[in-house]
Amino acid sequence: MNAIQVENLTKRYRDVLAVDDISFVAPAGATVGLLGGNGAGKTTTIAMLLGLLVPTSGRITVLGHDMAKDRFAALARMNFSSPYVALPSRLTVRQNMRVYGHLYDVPCMDERIAALARELDLGEILDRPAGQLSAGQKTRVALAKALINRPAVLLLDEPTASLDPDTGDLVRTWLEQYRADSGCTILLASHNMAEVERLCSHVIMLKSGQVVDRGSPKDLLDRYGRHDLEDVFLDIARDRRHAAAA
Amino acid sequence: MKPMFRRVWGLMYRHLALYRRSWPRLLELAYWPVLQMCIWGFTARFLAARLGNPGLLAGATLLGGVLLWEVTLRSQMGMSISFLEEIWSRNLGHIFVSPLRPIELIAALIGMSVIRMLMGVLPAILLAWGLYAFNLFTLGPVLILFFANLMIMGWAVALGVVSLILRHGAGAEPLAWGVLFGLAPFSAVFYPVSVLPSFLRPISYALPTTHVFEGMRAALLQGVIRWDHLAAAFVLNAVWLAGAAWLFSRQFHAARVSGALISIGE
Repeated sequence: MNAIQVENLTKRYRDVLAVDDISFVAPAGATVGLLGGNGAGKTTTIAMLLGLLVPTSGRITVLGHDMAKDRFAALARMNFSSPYVALPSRLTVRQNMRVYGHLYDVPCMDERIAALARELDLGEILDRPAGQLSAGQKTRVALAKALINRPAVLLLDEPTASLDPDTGDLVRTWLEQYRADSGCTILLASHNMAEVERLCSHVIMLKSGQVVDRGSPKDLLDRYGRHDLEDVFLDIARDRRHAAAA
Repeated sequence: MKPMFRRVWGLMYRHLALYRRSWPRLLELAYWPVLQMCIWGFTARFLAARLGNPGLLAGATLLGGVLLWEVTLRSQMGMSISFLEEIWSRNLGHIFVSPLRPIELIAALIGMSVIRMLMGVLPAILLAWGLYAFNLFTLGPVLILFFANLMIMGWAVALGVVSLILRHGAGAEPLAWGVLFGLAPFSAVFYPVSVLPSFLRPISYALPTTHVFEGMRAALLQGVIRWDHLAAAFVLNAVWLAGAAWLFSRQFHAARVSGALISIGE
């Protein structure tokens, strides 16, 4: 069963075609990477998946719900994290968690917050204002917010951007563990190719709003004759596919 | 608690938590209404001292007008600024991808509007009573109907402001502070509609606030309750609110089409 199904999705802003007739699926329980350079259409695609943006055409189904007709049923079982969308900085971490606990109708909210604080090592910062945290702490708090409702589908936009290698590794380890324990489907947009290789079972390559390639990281490495995904990314970004394959 | 009410409470809790942690915001709520009451209260006292009984009556209608206008203004600003707080904190992205429905967002903003209005206007009412012996509650139970109409009018205008912010982004922000003042001259806050030139009176009578203030003057000066004005205020409010809700619905959808929800704070 597919947790996310995208069919012929297109988004046009006047003269700009941001997403051009893309189709893909994310199988339930998989971690799927959405890769592409700046302006490739990753953020636009994620925004459409979250219902923030209405597609020009095409269809999105998340957890069996058509996002055009029934997005709130899906949104209750989804969540999202991005370093580019902040949490209210004057509220403490605990208050922020409580806000989203209410919004997502989380049962036994205080226990859930305590569990997330334990798992993501937030105990000491729970009662500090979100605006006073370091980048690494903010990322862990954003992740805790994204997991407050035990989402069945988690959309992550560059979840480890601006993190030091140690914290980035901790977050990746935690995401792997969470997916294994919960069976959650993760759609990950990232520029960190090592991260994508480590976390994703399937990768979708976007360029100029189109899907230009897809497959498992291993498939892509084999197909392009490369040793790491970064070179594959560069081959695609610079139209070197044929040269690389040759 | 039903999920719908819990989501509304969740957003209200976010704002109440903000006020708990920010005394300047708390101070701001009561600052302007109290300042207004000081200025107009002393003006009313001066009129009463110079003109005797007519001055006393003029002063009473002036203070009543000031206090009731603040109800509309604080209701409108309470709703608009609560929405702006989400933009300022770059939090809208999280809110709009949560299961919170637009109608629940509006309900939470209205809830915050009521709280903010009471925190702003109640100190001014107490000040008027303590300093100038003007007791707004002598109007009796009809005061509740006046308040209700003025708040609904404030929400309708705020919904229009929020719609424009959705459409035009933070550039429309100044409207949150100034838009209602544009309606004040036509709302007959301090003078009857009959003072206005005849060509402006239809505009004035199209505003629910006008009927409340005409009703307030009738209650204060003649001791009668003008049910016709109250009924007109409720009907007009229904029309205004329906129009504002339609505009919000259109602009919210337009923002989802144009991508404005993603870049609204920029």
